[in-house]
Amino acid sequence: MTHDALLSAQGIDKSFFGVKVLDGVDFSLRGGEIHALLGENGAGKSTLVKILTGAYRRDAGAMWLDGQEVEPRSVAEAQALGIGTVYQEVNLLDNLTVAENLYLGRQPRRMGMIDRRRMRGDAATLLARYGVGADPDETLAHYPVAVRQIIAIARAVDLSGKVLFLDEPTASLDAREVQALFTVLRQLRAQGLGIVIITHFLDQVYQIADRVTVLRNGRMVGSRAIAELPRRDLVAMMLGRELAEATAHRGSGATQPDTPAAFLFEGYGKRGSIAPFDLDIRPGEVVGIAGLLGSGRTETARLMFGIDRPDSGQAAVDGQPVTLHSPQDAIGHGFGMCPEERKTDGIVGDLSVRQNIVLALQASRGWARPIPRREADALAERYIKALDIRPPDPNRPIKFLSGGNQQKAILARWLATDPRLLILDEPTRGIDIGAHAEIINLIEKLREDGMALVVISSEIEELVAFSTRVIVLSDRHHVRELRGAEITAEAIVEAMAVPGDAA
Amino acid sequence: MTKLKQLRPQLLALAVVLVLIGLISPGFFSVTVQNGRLYGSLIDVGVRVAPVALLAIGMTLVIATKGIDLSVGAVMAITGAVAATLVADGHSVPVVLAVSLALGLVCGIWNGVLVAFLDIQPIIATLILMVAGRGIAQLITGGVILTFNDPAFSFIGSGAVLGIPMPILIWLAMGLAVGLLVRRSALGLLIEAVGINRRASMLVGVRARFLILATYAISGLCAAMAGMIVTADIHGADANNAGLWLELDAILAVVIGGTSLAGGRFSITASLIGALIIQALNTGILMSGWPPEFNLIVKAVVIVAILTLQSPAVADELSVLRGMLRRKGAKS
Amino acid sequence: MIRARYLPFVATVLIFVVAYALCALQFPNMLSFRVLGNLLTDNAFLGIAAVGMTFVILSGGIDLSMGSVIAFTSVFVAVLVRAGVHPALAFALALAVSTSFGALMGLTIHALKMPAFVVTLAGMFLARGAAFLISTDSVPISHDFLKQLKGIYIQLPDKGKLSFLAILMLLAFAVGVILAHRTRFGANVYALGGSEQSAELMGVPLRKTMIQLYAFSGFMAGLAGLAYTLYTSAGYSLATVGVELDAIAAVVVGGTLLTGGSGLVLGTLFGVLIQGLIQTYIVFDGTLSSWWTKIVIGMLLFAFIVLQRLILLVSERRAAIRASSGG
Repeated sequence: MTHDALLSAQGIDKSFFGVKVLDGVDFSLRGGEIHALLGENGAGKSTLVKILTGAYRRDAGAMWLDGQEVEPRSVAEAQALGIGTVYQEVNLLDNLTVAENLYLGRQPRRMGMIDRRRMRGDAATLLARYGVGADPDETLAHYPVAVRQIIAIARAVDLSGKVLFLDEPTASLDAREVQALFTVLRQLRAQGLGIVIITHFLDQVYQIADRVTVLRNGRMVGSRAIAELPRRDLVAMMLGRELAEATAHRGSGATQPDTPAAFLFEGYGKRGSIAPFDLDIRPGEVVGIAGLLGSGRTETARLMFGIDRPDSGQAAVDGQPVTLHSPQDAIGHGFGMCPEERKTDGIVGDLSVRQNIVLALQASRGWARPIPRREADALAERYIKALDIRPPDPNRPIKFLSGGNQQKAILARWLATDPRLLILDEPTRGIDIGAHAEIINLIEKLREDGMALVVISSEIEELVAFSTRVIVLSDRHHVRELRGAEITAEAIVEAMAVPGDAA
Repeated sequence: MTKLKQLRPQLLALAVVLVLIGLISPGFFSVTVQNGRLYGSLIDVGVRVAPVALLAIGMTLVIATKGIDLSVGAVMAITGAVAATLVADGHSVPVVLAVSLALGLVCGIWNGVLVAFLDIQPIIATLILMVAGRGIAQLITGGVILTFNDPAFSFIGSGAVLGIPMPILIWLAMGLAVGLLVRRSALGLLIEAVGINRRASMLVGVRARFLILATYAISGLCAAMAGMIVTADIHGADANNAGLWLELDAILAVVIGGTSLAGGRFSITASLIGALIIQALNTGILMSGWPPEFNLIVKAVVIVAILTLQSPAVADELSVLRGMLRRKGAKS
Repeated sequence: MIRARYLPFVATVLIFVVAYALCALQFPNMLSFRVLGNLLTDNAFLGIAAVGMTFVILSGGIDLSMGSVIAFTSVFVAVLVRAGVHPALAFALALAVSTSFGALMGLTIHALKMPAFVVTLAGMFLARGAAFLISTDSVPISHDFLKQLKGIYIQLPDKGKLSFLAILMLLAFAVGVILAHRTRFGANVYALGGSEQSAELMGVPLRKTMIQLYAFSGFMAGLAGLAYTLYTSAGYSLATVGVELDAIAAVVVGGTLLTGGSGLVLGTLFGVLIQGLIQTYIVFDGTLSSWWTKIVIGMLLFAFIVLQRLILLVSERRAAIRASSGG
């Protein structure tokens, strides 16, 4: 370990409640490089970042900045040393103005008073350097996420100036916004900043990063230059095994166009959300929905499930026209949906796994017809076993389960209602690779059992693996439908690149 | 059994308070029978707790949905004023009961609509009726303290059945009824789900708006009952003072009962014990012969002590400590 | 073009001006400096308390102890003065006590991670209880120093007076405005109201800000107590029950979001004036009962809360449209 690196750490240990989450981790970052920190969920990335940026205290180990041993005890101390952070979700304050956000806690003062005019001027100058033309006096809530992200980076860099940590900075950006962000990052790299980026998107790692460090189960697997690391090897480092099994192409189930569509949407759309689309779904098929974030894929799901109301078109189930104006309506017709945001829209954290599993069934029965305890126990036991939910304790509050197991419990929640159509929005996002494969297997099995499924995913290979048909979205339009042998990763990517109005 | 275990901290606190009072004033636990009715300080606690206990029942459900109902004191004043006016005008008891309860229900539904359908923060939504309600009550009574003499209605406040005073019977019955209603149906689970994560609950088809509305409606009903008990007890309606600050006592009772103001899991029994703790303190201080000026201070200190023990910060510390002890125990 | 965040404030000012104009049409006498001066004097203690409440609410908190602290301060000062302590010293002591009390509540809220609602509720009982302990009777006071203070005023046209109390309240608002908009403390308070978690990540010292915040609110409650003592020339432990509610109403009617993070200190001044205006109108009318004040304030609260909801909905919709057309 060379201490001439910009930021380095050695032998970092950290435990929570007696469980070791980081075990002797080393890390080193050079100036003028973009360094990707990779690992499955639960590998310890966030904990490591929080220790290096002063949010947590380490149990053992040491860290150096510019060759000097440092010991940041708070985020503020780390900032003062030159280490800045931009977090994924909790970012800046929507209710403050752009200028106030940039200078909170270090406002320019004159005679003890904040010099608002200078603050505005400084803010405008600073933002101009990042190519952002935001009005410093407007509240942040006024601007889209991508602009807020760059404002957050501008603040962090201005504040610290040596090292910048970015936690999942591209999670809610579309492709163009990601490129704009990368331009900013390259510019900062050229200025000699050391940048650490945590991300799940391997494409982006290869696009922007110079080096990667991979963590697994709280241990460091290795640190390599990206140019010398084939993608396959990187994945192997992350997983500790070959990926082949998880992404192998499987039988995609034959479509039978002659069977009548059980679920039919015609001219279904909502202004400002998703352009009118036609969609028919048959029992025993998986309709994959591909598209970049913001292409209207989640909006399609929300519309189908009655969360948003359509302003055009009609829906029919078994040939009968139906109104889908609320989730209750949709559930009444045998729909189920696993939302993309598992924590905020999916789990009911303080309730037990059992209560979470029976919740949808209970809601559809109504409050006056409680599910007897024995029935609830039987349901929980059945699905905990069938989906291998771990730990297999129906009484544990679901918030204490890992992301993958939470996802399985939410799937179980819908399976308990015996749905005819299941809509899954990013069912495999942010869960570990083992659960990932299990959920894909489950999708296949449900299809074989005759269920109709609509699966939204940003992992194209995954869509290729299990879809009977793939609908490709772009710019809020359904632009292409791929069937059978047409379904290849290349075809999907090509269709995604088609501008929406061209459809 | 698990139920009892969950209630342990509250039962313990109640026992400590009762024992302390017993030590200071030994006559506290003596119960006598006069004219076929039970008398004694302990019985008195049960009678006087009635308004707060009733409010706490409704408040528990409201707080479980992540809400709060600041208007219950004002609703008590309104229903009390209406009940007194009706009684004074010579209406029969069933009519008075029906109208007053309906009025409480309407007040509750007003709050519920603001919270559930207009998505206004509960503390703000119910503040409206808290501020305006007493004015409305004054309007009904014409600004005077209305009095009446109607033994049939007064029975609610001072009568007894099988020797047990009516107020005790009413809050016990209401607690039991609401408790059974929410636990024997799926209301309890669904209310908890809405309180913990409203978005997720709505997405699985839980009618969150309806449930939230229902909790405020129940809270309004409970407030109406409390208002009538107070009116029947004092044979009149005092729009200025009826139920004044009782919403705060009710909220405290719920919090002492361990239901988090952040919503979620709740226990009506625990809230009722919380109400008893507060009332036992009030009565105890009165009996101890200390000047009543001490009342508020002692109450504040006890509340701070109980809440400190329950606070998330201290609870975390305690659970870490417990974990360490357990591990040590396992090793040795 | 008015920025959306100033809309509630503009609405408050408009309501005050229009309401005053309507009152003046009916009772031309109301349009005088004398009435205006009295309006300020009569509501001085409420206004001072409301300045403190504005900060607490901007931070997303609440302070239920205010009415009790005001009563405590008035009794405390009255008893000290009766015992022969110079009023100036008594004032200083009272402010020190109320400020420390507030600081203690702030520390408790932060250290125990408990809702401000519950902590200040306990504070309410504690302060009221302490006031009872000092004296349960109304304690009249009289001292040359107090007379001198009350003798300070600024002459306005047509026999109007800007009394010492009115000046004190306007000063309190001036200090409040500067603190809120021109100091780091003020910025931190707004930040807390936006999101405590984000504020902490952005380096806002939570503990320090929380203590400063509730200390400030305690100080303002103490100052309001002094104003009340001067106003009534007495200290009474049963006085000013529920003033915290009036203060909260003034803050909300003044256009501050009860959930925190958005609002103007100056708006609260107009919130207080609107309340005062209603009372003045009732006095002028002579036939209306005073409880109409409560009902009208309740209706105003309702109107403002609905207005805030609408603004939020509209701005959310606008943001959604911007997002969909932009990306």
